[in-house]
Amino acid sequence: MLTVAKKNFNSRLIVGTGKYKSMTECAKAIKLSGAELVTVAVRRVNISDKKKPLLMDYVDPKKITYLPNTAGCFNSEEALRTLRLAREIGGWKLVKLEVLGDKRNLFPDMIETLKSTEVLTKEGFKVMVYCNDDPLMAKRLENVGACAIMPLAAPIGSGLGIQNATNIKIIRSQTKLPLIIDAGLGQASDAVIAMELGCDGVLANTAIAKAKKPFEMALAFKNGVIAGRQSFLAGRIEKSIYGSASSPITGII
Amino acid sequence: MKKIKKIKIKINGKFLMINENLSLSFFLKQLKIPLQKVAIELNQEIIDKNKIKNIKLKKNDKIEVVHFIGGG
Repeated sequence: MLTVAKKNFNSRLIVGTGKYKSMTECAKAIKLSGAELVTVAVRRVNISDKKKPLLMDYVDPKKITYLPNTAGCFNSEEALRTLRLAREIGGWKLVKLEVLGDKRNLFPDMIETLKSTEVLTKEGFKVMVYCNDDPLMAKRLENVGACAIMPLAAPIGSGLGIQNATNIKIIRSQTKLPLIIDAGLGQASDAVIAMELGCDGVLANTAIAKAKKPFEMALAFKNGVIAGRQSFLAGRIEKSIYGSASSPITGII
Repeated sequence: MKKIKKIKIKINGKFLMINENLSLSFFLKQLKIPLQKVAIELNQEIIDKNKIKNIKLKKNDKIEVVHFIGGG
């Protein structure tokens, strides 16, 4: 169970709803992933084409919690405007803040992110914050009221997997807030690794939506998150440079 | 017959000529916008959806109507 801002979710996997071929595919992938929390974007309504399908008609916000995200915002002002609008759509207070700083690598602008976190928290939002894997910045976000720390594994959509496991471990050791790996995962084993590092959850979008078989990958991520969590709780053995036989020496013929 | 005066407004980046004295709520209903699934900004200010009946559109008003779509 994942608990964020006193809200419980049965799955530790959060999935994004972008990049799918259709709304139907997106809805089925969410179901197979077991995720109860999904990120959504805020965009203009298409005034001229009203027949365009609406996400809410496919993914019921009463059953699946929508996590409005500020993807595509490049400064604090845009991010604040987006999330204030998201709240107005229907009372969403749990949000994901993402303020980007570079169009090519999509790394977060942490100065703008920190500023926005502070303002939003004061306005009563529960802010889950996309950030780089810098322990000092993670601490600062916590100090201004973030409700979850979401460091990237690698650039958004890159599929590179966790690039700096050591930093993730340091962030884990210093915070009791939910720690969720966001962005850059490529396959289910990346989710296993994230969970084995002691993270509370994982967010995946591109890795599932753009897999050759999104439904199979949704299932793989679901199982990966469960396996990684169990492995973390079970506690790994010490590493050794020498071998240690599994069978007893006594009684050898 | 008295001719109805038209005014120019902007909605989601597009210019439209509409009848003068329309309320924001009437205008959005005409466009068949599902009000319970959107948020509305008028001249960069978020509007309480319960109050849109009382808002009359004026010349050069800028309206933004947003909703949730798939995203990461």
